[in-house]
Amino acid sequence: MPRTIIPFGPQHPVLPEPIHLDLVVEDEKVVEARPSVGFVHRGLEKLVEKKDFTEFVYVAERICGICSFIHGQTYCQGLETIMRIPVPPRAHYLRTVWGEFSRIHSHLLWLGLMADSVGFESLFMHSWRVRERVLNLIEATTGGRVIFGTCKVGGVRRDIEPEAIQQILVELEGIEKDARQITKVFLGDNSVKDRLCGVGVLARQDAYDLGCVGPMLRASGVAQDMRQLGYAAYGELEFQAIIRTEGDSFSRCAVRCDEIFQSIDLIRQALAKIPTGEIAVKVTGNPNGEFIARTEQPRGEVAYLLKANGAKNLQRFRVRTPTFANLPAMIRLLQGCDLADVPVLVLTIDPCISCTER
Amino acid sequence: MTSADQTLEIIPLDTLVARARLLREQGCRLVQICATRLPDQLELTYSFDRDMRLSSFRVIVAPDEARIPSISSVFWCAFLYENEMHDLFNLAVDGMAVDFHGKLYTTAVKFPFGSTKAPAAPAKN
Amino acid sequence: MAYFEMSRLALTWALKKPATTRYPFTPRQPIPGSRGRLVFTRDHCVYCTVCAKKCPTGALVVNRAQKRWAIDRLLCISCGYCVEACPKKSLALSTAHGVPAVTKDLELG
Repeated sequence: MPRTIIPFGPQHPVLPEPIHLDLVVEDEKVVEARPSVGFVHRGLEKLVEKKDFTEFVYVAERICGICSFIHGQTYCQGLETIMRIPVPPRAHYLRTVWGEFSRIHSHLLWLGLMADSVGFESLFMHSWRVRERVLNLIEATTGGRVIFGTCKVGGVRRDIEPEAIQQILVELEGIEKDARQITKVFLGDNSVKDRLCGVGVLARQDAYDLGCVGPMLRASGVAQDMRQLGYAAYGELEFQAIIRTEGDSFSRCAVRCDEIFQSIDLIRQALAKIPTGEIAVKVTGNPNGEFIARTEQPRGEVAYLLKANGAKNLQRFRVRTPTFANLPAMIRLLQGCDLADVPVLVLTIDPCISCTER
Repeated sequence: MTSADQTLEIIPLDTLVARARLLREQGCRLVQICATRLPDQLELTYSFDRDMRLSSFRVIVAPDEARIPSISSVFWCAFLYENEMHDLFNLAVDGMAVDFHGKLYTTAVKFPFGSTKAPAAPAKN
Repeated sequence: MAYFEMSRLALTWALKKPATTRYPFTPRQPIPGSRGRLVFTRDHCVYCTVCAKKCPTGALVVNRAQKRWAIDRLLCISCGYCVEACPKKSLALSTAHGVPAVTKDLELG
């Protein structure tokens, strides 16, 4: 059977960011997928040599546009642990609220792209319409739609007033109602189920061995969620890691849909319990030591290795993003699939290639 | 989350693959592999996670002459990290499961982290 | 039955006013508190150069001797550090979007 090589990407309507795959195809079945990354490699890890550790929050936030807030938060958390800075509790709660908003908007973006990849464009537009409401809320509280710019080492830069909290809660009810409508279509519509059920099945042990993180791992039955580590205010909020056991694309979609509602619930819990007080403490001195900070991004676990030796610039800044950990799983899933399923499988890991390549 | 929850151990290079195999049997998953270039040596940090506890071990090698054995025979997903280390730090890794031969990242400067540089003063105007 | 859910959604939005605004015919209502363009008032400025030192991208160029304040609009990321740092409160972030720039020259304040 003669084999053909079909290039997929770097420009493709379904991809949010450029990745190139050479698909070796035998009569519409993909035999092998050879990835080619590096289109958005910006060398951000080398910038630590030029920007000092307080300025670097801006660079850390701009590693990715979709998961930007949690990048900044992880960086600040890592430095605060190294320097033993006591961050005020109100700042922890504010970071939690913004982190969960970041998760909601990221999942809604992904739901829209998934609908687009199966050809359901009107559902794509509706998901992004609901996402606009979330982005308006974020802009009103932080000042930016995509890059929030509110985290700094020692706390946060902006506060949310009590009247604003009431308005957020009212708006959140509207968002929840809209999200329920569209997730009902995602999980119940036959045309969506035809394209997603049974596609890209990842068994539980395989998912663990391949180093998968986030919803990829949780949809295969492993209940690991980095928020259980208890950073920021998560130690005082109640939630359970959402898992499914089938391990196919439909269960990954269902995990992300359920996580939207879990985030809305977490925001309500946090806003009910938020303490009064300061929002930041002053930072003096230079960091000395090393630490690996881990948080749960919308795509999975991100690990920041920060190493400092007393100078104003960090010695090493290493980001291991969740998509980097999920890429081997994507390559494994693509072997043996149908050509028409390739967009669904590429999107099912929630690829954030600009995070991956920094 | 405090520094006390994470362990770091320095091990010699020849016990690397055996140690990885031991951790795999204990049910750990690979979290990350990081290379740090210090003025006189290269430090490789391998981190593993089991039940939310992170344990790392570190291998210290002399720069530009070491050949590191790949752990992708134990953890298949390690090939991506090792290719990246090769492309950025000019570190030779033997036996990667999928070898990109230096084409993972095409940068204007080959091996961007290849030279040792003391951190520069922050650039202000 | 999820067929009817999607039909219901489509019909509702076919009859409602669209969620999008007809920009640029309808101007955009800016959200208060949004970080937009930097606005400089020269009256209170003493050219202390603190804002230029705090700027993370180096967009501000201030010279005390020549009494000159200039900003490179293309480098400004509207982060607001200069606004927090200014001791004379002569900088503020408006909610207006950045205007497209036609040159790369510094804009004098």
